[in-house]
Amino acid sequence: MGFFVEVLLSGLMAGVLYSLVALGFVLIFKASGVFNFAQGAMVLFAALTFVRLLDILKDSFAPITLSLIITIAMMVMLAMAIERLVLRPLVNQPGISLFMATLGIAYFLDGFGQTLWGSDIYTLDIGIPKGSIFILESVFDGGILVAKEDLVATVIAGLLVVTLAIFFQKTRIGRALRAVADDHQAAQSIGIPLNYIWVIVWTVAGLVALVAGVIWGSKLGVQFSLSLIALKALPVLILGGFESVLGAIVGGLIIGAGEKLSEIYIGPYVGGGIEYWFAYMLALGFLMFRPQGLFGEVHIDRV
Amino acid sequence: MNETDRKLGPTILKAENISLAFGGVKALTDISFEVKEHEILAIIGPNGAGKSSMLNVINGVYHPNAGSVTYKGNVRQRMKPHEAATQGIARTFQNIALFKGMSVLDNIMTGRTLKMNAGFLAQCLYVGRARNEEIEHRKKVEEIIDFLQIQSIRKTPVGRLPYGLQKRVELGRALAAEPTLLLLDEPMAGMNIEEKEDMSRFILDVNDEFGTTIVLIEHDMGVVMDLSDRIVVLDYGKKIGDGTPSDIRNNKAVIDAYLGVSD
Ligand SMILES: Nc1ncnc2c1ncn2[C@@H]1O[C@H](COP(=O)(O)OP(=O)(O)OP(=O)(O)O)[C@@H](O)[C@H]1O
Ligand SMILES: [Mg+2]
Repeated sequence: MGFFVEVLLSGLMAGVLYSLVALGFVLIFKASGVFNFAQGAMVLFAALTFVRLLDILKDSFAPITLSLIITIAMMVMLAMAIERLVLRPLVNQPGISLFMATLGIAYFLDGFGQTLWGSDIYTLDIGIPKGSIFILESVFDGGILVAKEDLVATVIAGLLVVTLAIFFQKTRIGRALRAVADDHQAAQSIGIPLNYIWVIVWTVAGLVALVAGVIWGSKLGVQFSLSLIALKALPVLILGGFESVLGAIVGGLIIGAGEKLSEIYIGPYVGGGIEYWFAYMLALGFLMFRPQGLFGEVHIDRV
Repeated sequence: MNETDRKLGPTILKAENISLAFGGVKALTDISFEVKEHEILAIIGPNGAGKSSMLNVINGVYHPNAGSVTYKGNVRQRMKPHEAATQGIARTFQNIALFKGMSVLDNIMTGRTLKMNAGFLAQCLYVGRARNEEIEHRKKVEEIIDFLQIQSIRKTPVGRLPYGLQKRVELGRALAAEPTLLLLDEPMAGMNIEEKEDMSRFILDVNDEFGTTIVLIEHDMGVVMDLSDRIVVLDYGKKIGDGTPSDIRNNKAVIDAYLGVSD
């Protein structure tokens, strides 16, 4: 029992990170109806910027804070540039054009980031404690082993997810955002400046990418493969529905936990490696039986 | 209707020599007309005549290729729809454009966006003050809900409502902004006679009670003749008539356009 919980917990903790990346997608999809292919590239770009600034500023009085501030500023500028140079000229174009544009942004960011900061693997150490501890010793015999860095990562990601959820559900900006997501023309006609909302959404997506990039980067090193995280977010989105913040969270947790559990409990029978394809199989199942995802709405077009 | 005893104010909106083309399609050609304060002006014309395009020019969705729009005495530069909204122009759409995921109440509440003082970001910081403001806006929204007699569906998601009620909610959202100029694109399309009568009454009441200037597009000639102080007739993007309902009734070009014998 203790072992099961241990596996479940480590799965859920990985899942929170998937949720975080998926959330970046959902925000942009809701606000502009665009599937943002560049989300993964944004994770890489943010992490690269951060890790290289950390190196440049390592002798300053507060390297981590300074690097964080500058990286955030870069992500804000990136959001503004994307709005100005990509979204604005393409306003009212079909979704597929916008999708292609984000494809372009992804390649640009991958290339630009590596030209600017180099393409080595950088280790990132922002003082997240390493090593493992035993928790819940009173409940389970011998306690449950968890990695400290997973614990820290989970707390940070969890806080961010909760903050965002509240931000978009409870604040007026959240209502404006939902309005924009529903109908661009109508949103503008009641005085919501579309461009402003887009900058906000892409900025938030950029910040989410930064947090995901830093957490993942300190686990695996900052390297090109970070931008492939986006591929993991895809099944999460299919599970949770592209338009649901709650869906992104729950979807991430299910996939995180499912991966680890199936690896341990089914893996031995099929020769292992389940972790790599579990998410995609689950997504495929969903596409066949519940294409709108767990929390998505069924859209029926008026004919 | 009672053109004589209505007090029309000075010109609030003036369109001068507006032309608009989409590729080869000339949606509007050299259109000029004026709207007076407190007036109800109807724009009529066959399908594809350019009526919606004209409204879209007025609230900045489209930018004309030539000509100018003067609103409240200022010649307008390229203006975006949300800027038009800040100047007191509210509208409804030909294809209902409500926020489908939200309730009736929330939809109408979004109409108050510009009335909210605390800016977008400030609102996140001053939770207390923003809450008080929210309560005030709720009161105003409830008034509108009473006015439009939709109390019973306040909490219903708009997507579930029949067409006629959706149109009414859309009017409510536009009214929530307390507009000076209200643009209505076919507010009665798809309604039965009873619903049309209700809607006509709401439009007249808004005009009477709040002094709102209204430009509306409508196909039902009975309704148009009853409601409007003045009528502008478009056909193939050109203006072929402009006058009181009785002028228009006797206008040869208009009769031809509607009977489809113009050549
Ligand atoms: N965004 C657009 N892109 C291309 N063509 C357009 C666009 N909007 C309008 N048009 C064209 O301009 C012309 C006028 O259209 P408009 O919608 O203004 O007509 P309308 O008088 O409102 O017609 P209806 O009674 O059918 O609503 C039509 O030929 C239409 O196809
Ligand atoms: Mg039209």
